[in-house]
Amino acid sequence: MDEITKEFLVESYENIDRLDRDLVALEKDPHSKETLGSIFRTIHTLKGTSGFLGFGKLEAVAHVGENLLSKLRDGVLTINPEITSALLATVDAVRFMLGQVEETGQPGEKDFSELVKLLTRLNEGKSLPPFEAIPAVPSASNPAEPMAAASAPAPALAPTAEAAPAAVAPPLVPAQVSAPPAVKSSVPPPPPPAPESAPAASEPPEARNSAVSDSTIRVDVGLLDKLMNLVGELVLARNQVLQFTTQRADSAFLATSQRLNLITTELQGSVMKTRMQPIGNVWGKLPRVVRDLANACGKQVRIEMEGKETELDKTIIEAIKDPLTHIVRNSADHGIERPEVRVARGKPEEGCLKMRAYHEGGQVNIEITDDGGGIDLERVKQKALQRGLLTPEQASRMSDHEALHLIFLPGFSTAEKITNVSGRGVGMDVVKTNIEKIGGTVDLQSQPGVGTTLKIKIPLTLAIIPALIVTSSGDRFAIPQVSLLELVRLEGNQAKKGIEFIHGAPVHRLRGQLLPLVYLKRELRGDAKSQKETGTTSSSPAGAKLLDFELARDKHRKWFDRLRQHLDGKNTISMEEAGSHEVCTLGKWLYAEGLEEFAHIPEIQVLERKHAEFHALVNKIIHLKVSGRADEAEQAFKTVLTSSQEVIALLTSVEQKALQTEDVNIVVLQADGHPFGLVVDEINDTEEIVVKPLAKQLKGVTSFAGATIMGDGRVALILDVLGLAQGASVVAEVRDRSMMETAAQARKAADPRQTLLLFDAGQGSRMAIPLSMVARLEEFPKASVERSGAQEVVRYRGQILPLIRVAKHVSAVTDVSKENDPMQVVVYSEQGRSVGLVVGQINDIVQETITVKRHAHSNGIFGSVVIQDKVTDLLDVQAVIRAADPSFYPKTSTPAAA
Amino acid sequence: MTDSKQYSTFFLNGLFLGVEVLKVQEVIRYQEMTRVPLAPTMIQGLINLRGQIVTAIDLRRRLELPPRPEGQLPMNVVVRSEDGAVSLLVDEIGDVVEIQDEAYERPPETLKGVARELVTGVYKLKDRLLLILDTERTVSLPAGYNKSQLNRN
Repeated sequence: MDEITKEFLVESYENIDRLDRDLVALEKDPHSKETLGSIFRTIHTLKGTSGFLGFGKLEAVAHVGENLLSKLRDGVLTINPEITSALLATVDAVRFMLGQVEETGQPGEKDFSELVKLLTRLNEGKSLPPFEAIPAVPSASNPAEPMAAASAPAPALAPTAEAAPAAVAPPLVPAQVSAPPAVKSSVPPPPPPAPESAPAASEPPEARNSAVSDSTIRVDVGLLDKLMNLVGELVLARNQVLQFTTQRADSAFLATSQRLNLITTELQGSVMKTRMQPIGNVWGKLPRVVRDLANACGKQVRIEMEGKETELDKTIIEAIKDPLTHIVRNSADHGIERPEVRVARGKPEEGCLKMRAYHEGGQVNIEITDDGGGIDLERVKQKALQRGLLTPEQASRMSDHEALHLIFLPGFSTAEKITNVSGRGVGMDVVKTNIEKIGGTVDLQSQPGVGTTLKIKIPLTLAIIPALIVTSSGDRFAIPQVSLLELVRLEGNQAKKGIEFIHGAPVHRLRGQLLPLVYLKRELRGDAKSQKETGTTSSSPAGAKLLDFELARDKHRKWFDRLRQHLDGKNTISMEEAGSHEVCTLGKWLYAEGLEEFAHIPEIQVLERKHAEFHALVNKIIHLKVSGRADEAEQAFKTVLTSSQEVIALLTSVEQKALQTEDVNIVVLQADGHPFGLVVDEINDTEEIVVKPLAKQLKGVTSFAGATIMGDGRVALILDVLGLAQGASVVAEVRDRSMMETAAQARKAADPRQTLLLFDAGQGSRMAIPLSMVARLEEFPKASVERSGAQEVVRYRGQILPLIRVAKHVSAVTDVSKENDPMQVVVYSEQGRSVGLVVGQINDIVQETITVKRHAHSNGIFGSVVIQDKVTDLLDVQAVIRAADPSFYPKTSTPAAA
Repeated sequence: MTDSKQYSTFFLNGLFLGVEVLKVQEVIRYQEMTRVPLAPTMIQGLINLRGQIVTAIDLRRRLELPPRPEGQLPMNVVVRSEDGAVSLLVDEIGDVVEIQDEAYERPPETLKGVARELVTGVYKLKDRLLLILDTERTVSLPAGYNKSQLNRN
């Protein structure tokens, strides 16, 4: 049953339950316009919806009911027990048909013409005397049709009581009781017909009724949000309790808190589930969008969906609705070509748009793939140039991946003309920003002529996220795990060597790739700068812990000019202003912690000495000048420059060593597709955190995405990885790097080297096969070999793997392996079939450029090459297999030579 | 009886200040807080107020007064603002006072700078003057702050 019908059923069951109540109420208070209006609207809605869904019969019954009700509403007719009963019978008929719809998808074959007739008759104002009408109806009606029999008040009693679930029955009973006594007497005992007719027809709907409507309830989303918030609080409280347990040895407390932990986790999961919706809800409207669009552009597009049932938080579903629609429209409009173009390119006329959603590592991936023309990078660049989004110089330096991402720039469009579909240049940038807003990422891959794939990664939920907790200068920060790639720790010597500087920019070689490093400490020290600007000094204790080396250098550099001016009489520096080496910022830091913290750096002592000397010199000059000994002051001034330069140089070397000698914790993060290493003091733990927004006063701080309360009750800030990367210009800096990467990849593609598996076929004959042909390497004990006819086989992964002894087929060698050695087998797979090549010994895997030196001298050998300075035979795998098992290759297809 | 208003009062660097009592959610002693690097200087940090994260604003900084002497812990006056609860860090808490409207006077024209912006009125009490702060403006960033921040970026 589709979603719409299900919703219709739930809604309609609710509505008709209300109808029952309303009708009874109406009978008691026939003049209540309000009740009548409500009944009318309900029936009207039901009629409309069932008509829309194509349940004609249901619509017809509802229609006559509605007609009658409209007369009542307009005051043409007044309610009487007969009309009430007829209406209740209508409700029952509707209920029955809904039951049928639920069961079979159709309102069923049952004939309600009697009821329709009765309603029409009543509608025409021909109220029949009850005594006349009632006996007539039971006789006319088929006993198997209780609903039709309900056309008169009395027989209605039986089927109604049967058909309605217990919950609905009570309100009905009084209605029947309140019916005129005449009715009761006129009917021979009502129960008998019921047992005959009811069991078959009316009981099943009763059971199903509970299946759809009783198992679901409607809940206000606001309530769910509140529940989610409360669970968030509970999670925080749980975290706090758990923190206590680590400090106490009370086993009862431990057990209780563990139980609390379990329940909370489960509760969190369940509450989260209440907010989950399948992504199919959003996708549902896409086929229509694509169809209309395809028609409008004269294209043929088929849409395929995979993973419709993948669930996402409601707020996220809402947030991706528009971006998804936009992407799909874009793919259909720009991606997929017109049928004639497609045919010319050797593709089927009908384009295919594939949508795939799946869970991966706590995230949901959505892929939208089209098999269209792909993105023409040159055109993209040209357009970007035309629109002034790019300079020619930038364009020439740009990597393909970057060029591809140009389409995410605001104001970008490659459409030649603006259509009502696309081309207004507001699109992909909005898609990207919307997805990034909910913590997601967008990636694009395109191959000209083959198609384009857009990959979206989004978090499952926004409210509670797993995060990595790190410490920097004594403050804790949470990093959402979504952007986390890996953790690297460099210790001792490694730390010294692991960090290199490119013109002052620290980098780390991570598996051969340069990873730009960002020091969290430094990034967050920006506050020193802002405080300097506003003219106040930092009073926060954590702020003093750090030394801004640049600032310190700058200050000491300035002394030269200050003293010069002082000597020239342009300004005066009092002894107080000059201070001493102890009150200067650098001095304060040195004596407070610098000397201690960096005691392992020999330069720090030198720095301390030189710094003290420098200030002594400064004081001396000022003193000399003030006391009028200008000549001596001038004399002393000569050494100021050298002295300050010494201090500055020492500061620089201390800074560099300080960065290098500590153990380094690198959190490798990804921002906008660019990896970078965030250096932190400590990596603590992972924790589920509840994201709380920052107050408006802090909105300008782009380094933080929010705040959360930690297990110990203190507040921790959540780092905004993208904001941080932008602040540290990682995103712009790595531009050159990704270009290099592309170049490296290009080199790799052109690399004539092949990866080869070297093995011994027996008797020391070296042989090689391309590694790309090897599925797996296995070892089987000799005992596991069985026979199938003349063929040696082993059971392998639930299949029978035929074995081919390479030694036998390559004439030059003979099998010399001992009886007890396990057999080394190279599993070779092609087109879903596998064969095991038994070799003597597997030696190595090497990368070599192969130039065949000598061509085949024997069957099964392709030729000889020199690998690692030794002659090695290249095994012709296919020839060997053909010789051993001619049936392996179907006759028609001749495999390409290896 | 003439109209009167109630104010929650506090001291700051010798000044006697007050905010409308209805705007005050609660007054609590010094709380441990988490500093926010890169934040505007007037923001001292974030505190955990029974599971709610509240931004603490150093009123001394906001009013451009000299910093609080070291070792003196501020008190939190948690006020309700459009953006939720915000804590104002003050030196000392005073009483809640009820003052007749006739003691009110608009701030003198000679009042300059940030005080001009934040002080909405003055009450002439027997032995001192009570300055009334506009809470909404007090908890907002100073006018022009964003501009200077943009410039820095």
